[in-house]
Amino acid sequence: MSANVNTSLPLEYQTEQSRMNILGFWIFLGAEIVLFATLFGVYGVLYERYAGGPTHQDIIMMREVMIQTILLLTSSFTCGLAIFEMRRNNLKGLITWLIITLLLGVGFLFMEVNEFLHYIHEGATMQTSAFLSSFFVLLGTHGLHVTVGIGWAILIIIQLLQRGLTPVTARKTFIIGLYWHFLDVVWIFIFTFVYLKGMVA
Amino acid sequence: MDKKMKRYPIGHVVGFLSSLLLTFVAAGIALRTSLSFHTIMLLIGGLALVQAALQLFMFMHVNEGEDRKTQVINIAYGLIVAVIIVAGSIWVMSFGHHH
Repeated sequence: MSANVNTSLPLEYQTEQSRMNILGFWIFLGAEIVLFATLFGVYGVLYERYAGGPTHQDIIMMREVMIQTILLLTSSFTCGLAIFEMRRNNLKGLITWLIITLLLGVGFLFMEVNEFLHYIHEGATMQTSAFLSSFFVLLGTHGLHVTVGIGWAILIIIQLLQRGLTPVTARKTFIIGLYWHFLDVVWIFIFTFVYLKGMVA
Repeated sequence: MDKKMKRYPIGHVVGFLSSLLLTFVAAGIALRTSLSFHTIMLLIGGLALVQAALQLFMFMHVNEGEDRKTQVINIAYGLIVAVIIVAGSIWVMSFGHHH
C-alpha cells in the first residue's frame, strides 16, 4: 500500500490504493444511478394509477417538502465545506462541518418519517394504489440511503477522532462525501419529478 | 487539481447559492405559473439537470483526480442507461399495448 505514494496530491489521493478506492466508488455511484433509474421508471409508469385513492394534490404537503429540500441542499453544502477543511489539513473544522452535515441529515430524515406517518394516517399507504406503492418505494429507497449515510458518517467521525487525518481516513472521508452529495443529486430529481410534477398535473 | 490552500471556499458558496436559486425558480414555475404541463415539465426538468451538473462538478469534482476520464465516462454512461430505463419504461407501458 505504501507503493506509488505521491505527496504532491491531496491526502486522499496519495496512495495507489486510495486512488483505486475512489475510482471504485465512482463506479458504484454509476450503478446507484441505474438503481434509482429503475425506481423512477416504475414511478413514471404508475404515477397516475390512483385506484380511487388519494392523488398527489390530496396528500402532498409542499411546505414540508420545501423545508426537507433546503435541509438536504444545505447539508450537501456543509459536507463540501468539510472536505474543503480536510484539504486545508484542519481536522477540527472537518469534524465540525461533518457533524453539522449529520444534524441536517437527521433533520431531513425526521421530517420525511413524519411526512410518511402523515400520509399513512390520511389512508395513503403502500397498499392503497400503484401510485403510492411506487411513491413509497422510490422515496423509501432514498430515505434508506440517507439513514445508511448517517450511520456510516458517524463511524468515519469516530475513526477521525481516534486516528486523525491520515491518507486512509482522508480517503474514507472523501468517499462518504461523494456518497452524501450523490443523495442530494437523487433528491433534486425526486423533488422535481415526484413533488413538483405531482402538484402541476 | 487545485493544490493551493485557498482561504475561502468560494466555489462551494457559489454552488450552494445557485442550487437554492434553481430550486426556488423550479418551485415558482411549477406552483405559481399557469403554463401548460408540457412547458412546465420541460423547464423544471432542465433546471434539475443543471442543478445535478452543478453538484457533480462543483461539489463532487467528478472531473478531478488522475482517473477523471474514467469517472466522467462512467457517470455519463450511468445517466444514458438511466434515461433509456425511464423513457423506455414509460414509452412501452404507455403506448406499447396499442399494437
